[in-house]
This record gives sequence, structure tokens and C-alpha cells, in this order.
Amino acid sequence: MTAPLIRVDNLAKHYQLGDTDVPALRGVSLEIARGSFVAVMGPSGSGKSTFMNLLGCLDLPSGGRYWLAGEEVSSLSDDALAALRNRRIGFVFQHFNLLPRTSALDNVALPLLYRGQTADERRAHAAQRLCQVGLGERMDHHPAQLSGGQQQRVAIARALVGDPALVLADEPTGALDSRTGIEIMAVLQQLNREGLTVVVVTHERDIAAYTDRIIQFRDGLVVADLVNERRDAEADLAELAAR
Amino acid sequence: MNFLATLLIALKALRVNKLRSALTMLGIIIGVAAVIIMIAVGSGARAQVEAQIRSLGANLMMVFSASPTFTGARAAAGATHTISEDDAYAIARELPEYVASAAPSLRGSGQIVAGNSNWSTTFYGVTPDYFDVREWGLAEGRFFEPAEINGAAKVAIIGRTVATNLFGDESPIDQTVRIRTVPLTVIGVLAAKGQSPGGSDLDDVLLMPITTARNRILGATALAKSRSVGSIQIKLRDGADSKAAEERVRELLRQRHRLQPGQDDDFMLRNMTEILQTREESSRVMALLLASVASVSLLVGGIGIMNIMLVSVTERTREIGLRRAVGARARDILQQFLIEAITLSLIGGLIGVALGIGGAQLIGQLAGWPIELSVTAILLAVSFAAAIGIFFGYYPARQAARMSPIEALRHE
Repeated sequence: MTAPLIRVDNLAKHYQLGDTDVPALRGVSLEIARGSFVAVMGPSGSGKSTFMNLLGCLDLPSGGRYWLAGEEVSSLSDDALAALRNRRIGFVFQHFNLLPRTSALDNVALPLLYRGQTADERRAHAAQRLCQVGLGERMDHHPAQLSGGQQQRVAIARALVGDPALVLADEPTGALDSRTGIEIMAVLQQLNREGLTVVVVTHERDIAAYTDRIIQFRDGLVVADLVNERRDAEADLAELAAR
Repeated sequence: MNFLATLLIALKALRVNKLRSALTMLGIIIGVAAVIIMIAVGSGARAQVEAQIRSLGANLMMVFSASPTFTGARAAAGATHTISEDDAYAIARELPEYVASAAPSLRGSGQIVAGNSNWSTTFYGVTPDYFDVREWGLAEGRFFEPAEINGAAKVAIIGRTVATNLFGDESPIDQTVRIRTVPLTVIGVLAAKGQSPGGSDLDDVLLMPITTARNRILGATALAKSRSVGSIQIKLRDGADSKAAEERVRELLRQRHRLQPGQDDDFMLRNMTEILQTREESSRVMALLLASVASVSLLVGGIGIMNIMLVSVTERTREIGLRRAVGARARDILQQFLIEAITLSLIGGLIGVALGIGGAQLIGQLAGWPIELSVTAILLAVSFAAAIGIFFGYYPARQAARMSPIEALRHE
């Protein structure tokens, strides 16, 4: 068996709110294998966002350890974390977070800017990824000229452009209607089939149903970790179209 | 992340908010333009004063006749002749440690006629020392010879203005001019000097031997007897203390004129160098004052930049969060916003330089002031603008760089 992509051991995070110590995460241990498609669920305040921030190397844990692709992350410097995010992780956000008044192509190329690639290299890679998500025709469009689903595809292309080991999608369908949401899940499923590890945070069961594994958070702890029979998003779309 | 890419991001961000960027630059534009204009006007004024000092001759001191007060009323300087040619020779002889040369002169004015042309001018009877004291050379011809001074020869050297008005383009040498029926042969033309500090034309002058002026033109017997003169111009030695020299000359003249202690001087001393130095000093202070007022506007422009950059950082919090998430280090963010601020102030600075140069030239033409644009001042103003960009851009940029990526992403 190959080493897991993600391994966390007794991971904890506390926030200091005035004098009181608020535990957001109280010791989580789990592994996520390469190539999995995982949903993280839980009500607000359950610690799932904190967990995602730690997985995304946006924050450091107060206790416990975290290995990403065999590399211990828990004690890295701010700059090293930035480099790690750039190389290993692609983010997809609920509100897309595209730069306004900037073409889809330049938005997708953004992560490569921090890798010191030349403008030509950046554009070539970005164009390739935009074609991959089906937006090859709209490279020069600005976010305001794109629909929500298209914007999220641009965001996914941006997450992919640096060839990451892991894509973290935080409520990727939260700002979309349900049909477009399924379309986005279909894109993620397709990427997963190509070997990419995807972790989706969602509070919608319908969305979690498209993944292979559902991890439930409550009060800073994992309360359930279940294998799921994934629904095929493409099939659902076909059914919707036929109706 | 390379510098060029950062610069392009900065330019793009500035282009997105065109009006805001322009208004923010305005402070820097006005500041830089004002600094350049003020320095141009100030150093122009100073250069003018310096040129005037040169036109007078360096280290010049003047003694005029003045009547002693009898009834409290005092006649105009030079109206009566209380100083003499011999006073001049005595000054040169007795005070060699201060005085390089002393030139007595008699002044008169009148119509000069040459052929059909005539011209009203001022004439002076002078000795050869006059040319040395005034550091005045000839454009053509020759100086007076000692024999001509002693023999009251009917010769003259004329200024450029007189030459032009009487003879046009012709050479005046060996031509004859008449003053009060006395014919004088022109033997030389003075080098052009331009304007005096008072604004009068220094080239509008005719010089003749002092004896000629006294015996043939002015013709007053009383004058002839006392050998009195209207003024003595004294050239001090290089490095001589002009204050001390002034005192020594005053002492010597009082002694020669047998003035009792307590009695007023019957002459007036003018230390031209000192007067001009004072003027130069005051124009320097004025220029400095104006430049510092202009710098204040640069400072205000800088605060404007800081203000806008702070707003911009807050507005773009999510962008900062996103950039951090996709791999920008804190220093990349710092660099991005710092370069944006510097770009803002540098573009403003360059526009300011253009406006400043144009404005200075316009002022020079409209007001007729001398303008001196200096490269140093321009470079100084531009680097000052850049420094302001760095100084006032640093704090907002650091605010941006220190944001937590998570909170920045969550920002609404």
C-alpha cells in the first residue's frame, strides 16, 4: 500500500478569544489516500472549516501533526507554507474569488506568477487548463462576462494550473443553482477519475453524495467517517436534460 | 516573482481606478512641479544677482561726494564735489594691503553728435585705473595712453549702446563725436556689459580722459583748481576684508578732509559687494522658503497616497487572501503594494517634472524673470517623489502583507 497523501495525527487548533481559549479542533486523526474523493460535512462551528484551513496549509495547528505527501507541515515557516500551497494545493472557493477586470486566462495563470514562470509559459499552461474545463472559447472574458458556473470552472482551472496533489473545494456549489452545482461536481468527478485527490467541504448531503467518502465533524471532532457509493454526476445531468 | 510582473500588476491596478489614481497623483504632481518652478525661479534670481556682481567688477567699493549737513538738509550724493583726484591716489598709496586700485571719475551728461546722428548719454572722465577697477575690456580699439590723460587729449571710448545708436553697423574707431561743441576722436569701444543692478544700461556710456572732462567739457574753474571728482571707485584686493577696508578708507578720507570727531562725513561710502551679497543671500533665503513650501505640498501628496493605498488594501482584502492562498509570500504582497505606491508617486513625479519645466518657462516669459532649470533640482524632485512613495506606501503595504490569508479570504 502506498503512503497516504494526507495523514493527520491528533490535530488540534485553539483560538484565543479575549481570555477564553476556544477549541475549534480537538484532536483529529485520519488519513486520506491518493486519488480519493472525500466530502467533509458538519454544521457551522463543527470545526470543518478549521480542518480545511489546516489541510490547505493556510494555518498552523496548535497541536498534533500533519503530513502532506510525506512532508511534515506542522512546523513550517510562513514562506515555506506559501511555497507548499503553490506547489501542492489547488483551492476552489464558494464565491469563486476571481480577480475582477482580469481575463479568465490571467486569472488561471495567477498561481504560476508566484513560481517565477515567464508570461508565455504561464499563458500556455493556463490556456491548456481552461480547455480542460471546457472554457477554451472564453479565455479573454472577464469574470463579469461569465455565468456563475463558468466562473467556478475558471476557478477550478486555476486550482489545477500548478499540477497540485490535492484540490480543496470549500462549498464549491454553495453559490450556484442545483443544476450548475451538479455540473461542477461532474467536473470534479472527471478530474478525480484522472487521478486527482479532491476534498470537498459541503453542508449539502446531495453534493456529498457524489464523493466516495464522507467525514462528519461535530464540536471539533470526527463523529462519522463513512464509505459512500458515489452517484454519477454525468448520469444525473443526462437525466435532468431528458426530463 | 519577478519585478516586471509586479510592475504590470501595479499599472493594471492603477488603470482600473483611473480617476482615483489621477487625483492621488495630483498632490505629487503639484508638489514636484512647484519645487521645480520655485528652484528655477530662485536660482534664476540668484544667477542674475551674481551676473550683476560680475558686471560691477568684483570687490567694488565706491566713494561719492556728499555735502556735510549744515541745516539738517543734505544735498544729493555727488551734487557737490568734496572728494578729489588726490584722495583716490592717496587711497591707493596709503592702503595697499586692502586696495588693488582706486579710480577717480567725473560724471556728466549731454548730447553727443556724430554726423547726422545724436544721442543723449552719460559721460565719465576717467583714468586708466577705471578699466581695471570695473574689470572692463574693449571690444575694439585701444585704451587711453598716459600722455592722453596728462594732455587732456580729445579722445573717447564709447559703450556698445552709444556706438550702435550713433554709428549703426559701422566701426566707430577714428570717427569724431561732439559733446558741447568739443570734438572727440573715438579710439575704442567697450565690451558689452548689459544691465546694472538698478536696471540701467551700463553700455550707454562715453569715457574720456579725466582731464579732458574737467578742462574741456565741464570747464568749471573751481573744479579744475581743486581737482575734485564726483566719485572714486575702489577695487579691493582678492580676499580683503571689505568691512575693514571700508573703515580704513573712511578713516583716511576723514583725516585728509580734516574732519573733527563728531563731524559728519563729507563723502559717502558704498560697499557694493556687500550690498549685492546681502541681496544674493536674501534671494537664496527666499528660494529656500518657496522650495520648502512646495515640499509641504509634496508631503501632503504623500499622505494622499498613503490614504488611497490604505483604502485600496481594504478593498482588495479578498484579492490579497486569494494571492496568499495560491502561493504569494507575505513579501510578494508587500512588494506588490509598495511598487504600486511608488509607481503612483513616480508617474506623478514625472508628470510634475514636465509641468514644472513648462510652468517655469511660462513664468519666465510672462513675468520676464530669469529662469534657471537645473538637472540636479529635477533629479532631486523625482527622487523625493519616489522616496515619498516608499515612505507612505510602506505602511499600507505592510498592512496588506501581514493579513492572515484565512481572514482575508473570509472578508466580505
